[in-house]
Amino acid sequence: MTKFDQARWTNEEDDQYEPLLSEKDSTEVEIDGDSPLPDDLTRDSLELPELSEPELARHYTRLSEMNYGIDSGPYPLGSCTMKYNPKFTEDVAALPDAAVHPDRSEGSVQGTLELLHGLQDYLARIGGMDAVTLQPPAGAAGEFTGILVAKAYHEANDEGHRHEVIVPESAHGTNFASAALGGYDVVELPGGDDGRVDLDALEAALSEDTAALMLTNPNTLGLFERDIEEIAEMVHDVGGLLYYDGANLNALLGRARPGDMGFDIMHYNVHKTFATPHGGGGPGAGPVGVVADLEPFLPTPRVREADDGYELFEPEETVGKVHGYQGNWLVLVKAYAYIARLGDPGLRDASAKAVLNANYLGERVDYDVPYGPYHHEFVASAGDQDAADVAKRMLDYGVHPPTTKWPEIVPEALMTEPTEIENRETLDQLAAAFNAVSVEDDGTLAAAPERTTARRIDQTSAARDLRLSWQSLEE
Amino acid sequence: MTGHHTATGSPFAPHTPDETAEMLSVVGADDVDDLFDIPDPVRFDGEFGIEQRSERAIKRELRETLGENADLTEFLGRGHYDHYVPSLVDHLSLRSEFLTSYTQYQPEITQGFLQVLFEYQSLLVELTGLEIANCSMYDAATALGEAATLADRVRSTDGHRVLVPELLREERRDVLENYVAGTEMTVETVPDDDGNLDIDALADRIDDDVVMVYAENPTVRGTIEESLGRIADLAHERDALFTLGTDPVALSLLKRPADVGVDVVVGDASVLGLPTSYGMGLGLFATRENFVRQVPGRLVGASEDRAGNRTYTLTLQTREQHIRKERATSNICTNQAWVALRTAIHAADLGPSGLVDLAETCVTEARDLAAAVDDVDGVQAPVHDRHHFREFVAHTDQPAPAVAGDLEAEGYAVHAVGDHELQICVTDANAGRADELVAALEEVAR
Repeated sequence: MTKFDQARWTNEEDDQYEPLLSEKDSTEVEIDGDSPLPDDLTRDSLELPELSEPELARHYTRLSEMNYGIDSGPYPLGSCTMKYNPKFTEDVAALPDAAVHPDRSEGSVQGTLELLHGLQDYLARIGGMDAVTLQPPAGAAGEFTGILVAKAYHEANDEGHRHEVIVPESAHGTNFASAALGGYDVVELPGGDDGRVDLDALEAALSEDTAALMLTNPNTLGLFERDIEEIAEMVHDVGGLLYYDGANLNALLGRARPGDMGFDIMHYNVHKTFATPHGGGGPGAGPVGVVADLEPFLPTPRVREADDGYELFEPEETVGKVHGYQGNWLVLVKAYAYIARLGDPGLRDASAKAVLNANYLGERVDYDVPYGPYHHEFVASAGDQDAADVAKRMLDYGVHPPTTKWPEIVPEALMTEPTEIENRETLDQLAAAFNAVSVEDDGTLAAAPERTTARRIDQTSAARDLRLSWQSLEE
Repeated sequence: MTGHHTATGSPFAPHTPDETAEMLSVVGADDVDDLFDIPDPVRFDGEFGIEQRSERAIKRELRETLGENADLTEFLGRGHYDHYVPSLVDHLSLRSEFLTSYTQYQPEITQGFLQVLFEYQSLLVELTGLEIANCSMYDAATALGEAATLADRVRSTDGHRVLVPELLREERRDVLENYVAGTEMTVETVPDDDGNLDIDALADRIDDDVVMVYAENPTVRGTIEESLGRIADLAHERDALFTLGTDPVALSLLKRPADVGVDVVVGDASVLGLPTSYGMGLGLFATRENFVRQVPGRLVGASEDRAGNRTYTLTLQTREQHIRKERATSNICTNQAWVALRTAIHAADLGPSGLVDLAETCVTEARDLAAAVDDVDGVQAPVHDRHHFREFVAHTDQPAPAVAGDLEAEGYAVHAVGDHELQICVTDANAGRADELVAALEEVAR
């Protein structure tokens, strides 16, 4: 098994790892009579660290070494789809011609519009959708966009009374929050005994009040909703729309398309499925695809081909805007490059290997996996162990742990998604880590981790005694 | 079989055919296709028609595609600005431990990113004077939307009116409208008085039903708002929140928001850290301590580990969507963390002297360029008798769209914001070309 030790620098005198910039230096600059503005419009002073470039280079390099990324090791974080980020995509995003102001005239940004149009087209084909907007800057922003589109569609059809959005209990929390932000009442759908949508429960939840059902397929347990055709029919029969949460699309690339399954709206997490860096929590991008009936409601502006190049236009019944400009452009460039690198065969191979890896790893771990057969991810149960403690102990084995304690329907859940990028050797290493931890006692787990930069962190006191800035530390 | 790269598969799936076969036997399947539990009617057996290309081919393709963008010197602003980004920012932010990591749900192995975000929050606390800053929203427009929903939650008034400047970027207004679409809130505008908010009009429009008053400093027309204290007083007399839109460079020089009664600061912080990037941003969000449990987005707090050393961790997560679901303070999950990292590095590289110098440059360059433009026949600038920051509006005797079009043909991009109004933005990034712009304007504006 791999022996892992993460970097840390400790100053033994004051019990600190790498000091804050403010503790290295602090300089106060007075803003006085030399300012080009009168006193009553300016602040009195500005106090911040003022360090040399070499000092800064070391500070941030040390901090980077105290951070674990997908290039550091395995990252089987369920539902987050942490894939290797090819390096060349950074190079194309850094092309000088990619850096243009969003208010440039259409005629002067034909290249940018062509790339956006190309990505819209790729995503529409992959999802089986008729039209795509690239504006939403993240998956949850895509959900919110989809909710706005659904609402506008219903209102245009004099169906504005529909006030409920149905969400399975195992769905991503953002589904609930996005529907609520759109002003909908959220109806939580209990899961069936097999971990899938229970058709009777769905029947009971559906009504004239239903605006939409939000679903991911495969679901967060990694299970394909085999009844999807029937589900779609039931939702459509009451006049509702079917929304596809694209978080798990990696499992289906080239195998099935949301549009073919009867979904009316979907979002793509291009930062997951199409391997653009998550950057420690973003930026991502959450393009939204819709069927033809919903196209007029998409956010403005959209890109289309014109007689002589490409142009921006406003859809007839647009919901307006969900981002100040055109979304997270640099992420979109990387997504385009990634899709082009894979092409048809690569996209199909990605889902094949992602599903193979999940099944192989699921077979190898000793923890109980209550449902199956699973696709890209599986949810193991830590049983008598505390899943959060299991995760902390796994850190000592040099792997990022799975998502823990979610979905709640599996006790002490360990939601694991290795993706297609791991080879058999790494999967065996991952399984060895799982299995080593599975037989360890609670004391060992509670004392973990030991080999990481920081030892177990007290998150309760962080919330009780809030210190959210270096200024608050000085108080 | 030597390499891991199959001729036809994903170049990032490392399985050799032998390995695949062995793994299949472990899981008890004959073929990978057998692992897909998908009913036949919804199986996809077609082709997308997306050609697989090599790295080299894609680089060439995108160089050519993006090369179709015209080579213009941009004097564009109106909420999105270009400042020179030091090489240090690229080199450090592209370190893959930062770039390829996820949200810091396991703080013991993500101390590096958490500390950067804590330092970013601290930077905003110093710049705004407010006690709480989150570690990012998407952009200025969505941050404004989140400010409105926060105001609606924390204010106990019966009404739900939001007042914004008539001089607000249409796109920001549009996004705000969508954020309040699911609430009872309504958005109304307050006219301007020579480029600043019209205080008398604000006093007329405000009543007990107003939950939030929004103003910007500098405004979208580049003027420095001179009545922040008055706006705050008017808002607070009616128990409404005062939200200010601004950015970190402006904050380095202009009145500290906390000192003039601002309750929430929003805006786009990517003016430090990102090149123009076709509008990609970083939403800034700071507010007062008493609203901390209503703040949208992520917060990093200091804590201790078992060894007694100071550490950092995400905190107050019970506000967030993965715990409170539909009762969360916001639906934001993936945010702009990596852009926040770039902004923090850029700000640290400038330091306080560099930040103040840059902000002062934004005043002096705009003032000098407006004076030079004013000397051009057929153009008068600035149209507002105010102090300016980065940008100003100029009146053109000729139709402004035609003048802007002619300037574009000469290689310069400016905004046409009215029938006879151009808007011109100058920063450290394009100031060296300002004389050429004036010369071109002399040719086309007559």
